[in-house]
Amino acid sequence: MIGSALRSLTPANGLRRLLKHHPSLLLRRQSEPLPVTLDRRRIYILPTGFGLVFAVILLVMLIGALNYNNNAALLLTTLLGATTAQSMYGAFRNLKGLRLLSIRTQPVEAGQHIVLGLHLQGSGRARIGLSVRSVPGLTQNFSVLPEAHDDIKYALPTERRGWLDIPALNIETRWPFGLFRAWSWVHPAAQVLVYPCAERAGPDPDPITDEADNAQKPLDEDDDFAGLRDYRPGDPPRRIAWKSSAKREQPVVRLLLSRDEKQPWRLDWHAIHGLDKEMRIMRLTRWVREADVAGRQWELRLPEQTLGPDQGPAHLHACLQALALLP
Amino acid sequence: MNDRPSQRVFDLLSLTVGLTVLLHAPHLRWWLTLPLLALLGLRWHGFRHHQSFPRLLKLALLLLLPLLVIGYYGNLFGRLPGSALACGLLVLKLLETERARDVRAAIVFAAFTLMSALLFGQQLWLTIMVVLALLPALATLVALQAGSTDIALRQSLLTPAWLLLASIPFALLAFVLIPRLSSPLWGAPGADTARTGISDTMTPGNIATLLVDDSPAFRVSFDGPVPPRAQRYFRAVTMGYFDGRTWYAARPNSVHITRRPKAQKLIIQGPVLGYQITLMPTRQHLLPALDMPLKPAPETRFSFSRTLWRPKIVGSLFHYRLSSSPEYRLGTHLSRRETRIYLQLPAGFDPRARALAESWRQAAGQRSWAIVQDALRLYHDGGFRYTLLPPPLGRNTVDDFLFDTRAGFCEHYASSFTFLMRAAGIPARIVGGYQGGFYNRLGRYLLVRQSDAHTWSEVWISGHGWIRVDPTAAVQPQRISLGAGIANAGSDAWYQVPWLRDLRSRIDIVNRAWDQAVIGFNALRQKSLLTSFGVDPGNWLSVATSLGASIAVLFGLGLWWSLYETAEGDRLSRAYRQLARRLRRLGFERNSAEDPAAFLDRVADHLNPTEAQHLQQLSKRYQKLRYASIQAPSSLAIRNWQHDARQFRPGSVVE
Repeated sequence: MIGSALRSLTPANGLRRLLKHHPSLLLRRQSEPLPVTLDRRRIYILPTGFGLVFAVILLVMLIGALNYNNNAALLLTTLLGATTAQSMYGAFRNLKGLRLLSIRTQPVEAGQHIVLGLHLQGSGRARIGLSVRSVPGLTQNFSVLPEAHDDIKYALPTERRGWLDIPALNIETRWPFGLFRAWSWVHPAAQVLVYPCAERAGPDPDPITDEADNAQKPLDEDDDFAGLRDYRPGDPPRRIAWKSSAKREQPVVRLLLSRDEKQPWRLDWHAIHGLDKEMRIMRLTRWVREADVAGRQWELRLPEQTLGPDQGPAHLHACLQALALLP
Repeated sequence: MNDRPSQRVFDLLSLTVGLTVLLHAPHLRWWLTLPLLALLGLRWHGFRHHQSFPRLLKLALLLLLPLLVIGYYGNLFGRLPGSALACGLLVLKLLETERARDVRAAIVFAAFTLMSALLFGQQLWLTIMVVLALLPALATLVALQAGSTDIALRQSLLTPAWLLLASIPFALLAFVLIPRLSSPLWGAPGADTARTGISDTMTPGNIATLLVDDSPAFRVSFDGPVPPRAQRYFRAVTMGYFDGRTWYAARPNSVHITRRPKAQKLIIQGPVLGYQITLMPTRQHLLPALDMPLKPAPETRFSFSRTLWRPKIVGSLFHYRLSSSPEYRLGTHLSRRETRIYLQLPAGFDPRARALAESWRQAAGQRSWAIVQDALRLYHDGGFRYTLLPPPLGRNTVDDFLFDTRAGFCEHYASSFTFLMRAAGIPARIVGGYQGGFYNRLGRYLLVRQSDAHTWSEVWISGHGWIRVDPTAAVQPQRISLGAGIANAGSDAWYQVPWLRDLRSRIDIVNRAWDQAVIGFNALRQKSLLTSFGVDPGNWLSVATSLGASIAVLFGLGLWWSLYETAEGDRLSRAYRQLARRLRRLGFERNSAEDPAAFLDRVADHLNPTEAQHLQQLSKRYQKLRYASIQAPSSLAIRNWQHDARQFRPGSVVE
């Protein structure tokens, strides 16, 4: 295969043709729609380091057998040599015809590993001892058995929110003896969504109320008081419980219970001051998640759009997606 | 990363190493083999329980091993010390095997050590054992692959087994075509192995081990019928010098009399037998030949006493053709010097035997043959016993044997007889060789084993020349008339049972074929084989071309196998795909949203009415076969559909 690849290199415009017919020569090859079948044009084989060591030992055995004029040893050497050389076909056959049908995934927060569910099919043959690897990622071993239908789980590290292009995946095998490595690159044209990461801690959101009303309303300690907690940067100064703070080393703020528990939260991009864009997204993400966990309704106001008020997984996903895709 | 090999890997590796040590056991000392196997078992148990071997003990063993080998063999190199060291190191490697890397290293080393077991013998059974031992070695590599736990142990053994089977043609081709070395690259191969068979010295009592060795010495194919057992004396060496204990082919440190180029004159007095001998490697110069050979074969020479020898040692299977005459006269004239040589006796040994011989001479006078008869009568009537386990002899071996122990085998009789003859003034010598043999009726050849080794005498009688006298026959006639097996073991030996003998004959035929086809395949045979295929062995380009061409053919076969896919789906799907391929040639491609029948209907719209009707029918029937019933369609219906689909050959497209 590599031989024919090199032959087509000779004409002047050979390189383009070469890459057209042997796309996997390029590591960062063009992405392609799924499903992808690994055919002979895209499978490459080279001996491994161990394979080279084995070849040297075979050579030593050959010279020994010839030197001692020992035909039984020579026959054994040729048999072992032929067997190990034939294992090349085994490696090739292990990859050939393997199909990557689809990739299933669940969004994760940036910084976590996103788990790709690779739906692979082995056209009836068991394929043992495969592994998948990508340039930034880890190596995952797997086998494709004819009777098993589970996806191959492959974890990919994420760094930033937004759409993540699935990188080129290197699927390789050293089956059966580890003497040859057959590999193929697959670059699926697919993207997965990475949610923004939520900030660790910060102030609670305000409930949706009329802003004017809210501003004039005095903070009634007896009505809404629900407890005290340590001051966190960003808490409004008027919430600080000065009397209690005086007795402690750290200032504390009053926790207020909303008068109507069902009243939706308003998570407003413009209501957050003093933070840069990414920090705002992180805070809004935390609020969205907290609201979801608390089973509350919430409304997300972003510069370009407003979502809700609503609740439930679909709303959560819509909000997180909108946050993830903010420019 | 957890790189610790799995238990299955370690089990297979231990099995490989254990088999390797066992295959080397026949030529290793027991005090090395047994501790190595024990150490292996201990380590296997330790690995199961996640115990690592104590580091200090490991180091101590690593130092002890070469010391032991040097202490016993005196050196680290050469086949015997080398194999002892290799086996030891292999087991020691297992002690420190904690990671996949170590396993790979151990397997590579085990493969090498396995091969070296064949340097000690190339028998068919040993080769098969070594090949079988490759299976766990390769299975270890399979089990080392990630994901191998997804399959059963049986399958990880089957994978290498299939690959080994599939590699046989490749291996045979390489075996035939790999050029053989005309001379070794280093060392004198096999200088340290024991020679086998008859040797050119004889101390009564020392071929006893040979007499119980059942391995083949040589095989003889006669052109005509096989001569009777009593005529089957194969001479290999004559011994003329006696130092009181040992007979030598030549006096030590003197010119080899047996290698004097000119052989004694032979007068043929009867029929001439042609035959071919295939001699197993002996690492000696001696070649057995049926009494009495006429002419030396190519590459061989006659000694003075008409024994055959080869200037190059017989390091591998050797074939030679001879013709012999069982009725002959040899060396009617004996020079004075020769007479002196064949009358030599050491001074100060065996006074009683000398006195006995002297008394015979005085009684018989010049009638030499009467003296011979006297001696044979002594053996026959003197209470002598044939045994392979004779009591030990003192300083005067001949006296002790003749007058004291009176028990022994051919060497004792030949030695004492020759001594008596010389003491009586008759020139005499010892002849070493083989006698008898087993005729394999199936293979139509004579198998002579090492246990057929025999020693007899020749006396020179004036006017007659050298005459063969076998004193053993006087004591134990069955040794000659029935063969060594019966004489040595008694007539009711278990292995003389007819069906077992028949089985042994069959097995020997296989061994003979192996010896001739594989072991005896040398540079000469390679040359003639290549020539018969039109390849000029002298022209390396021609050899390289044929080697390349055959490898290309086999590589192509392998490629075809690896590209070959069994067609997917059932017969109906395959038949449908055939039809779809034909339609594609017309320019119709089924798009991914179309079901099979819809595609055919769409194509039908573009065809002329008869063809369209045909196709629409196919489409309808396909739907019926596929979807009409829960049960699978009958194979007859599918065959009919397939037949009709094949009949459909659209001529052109109507636009």
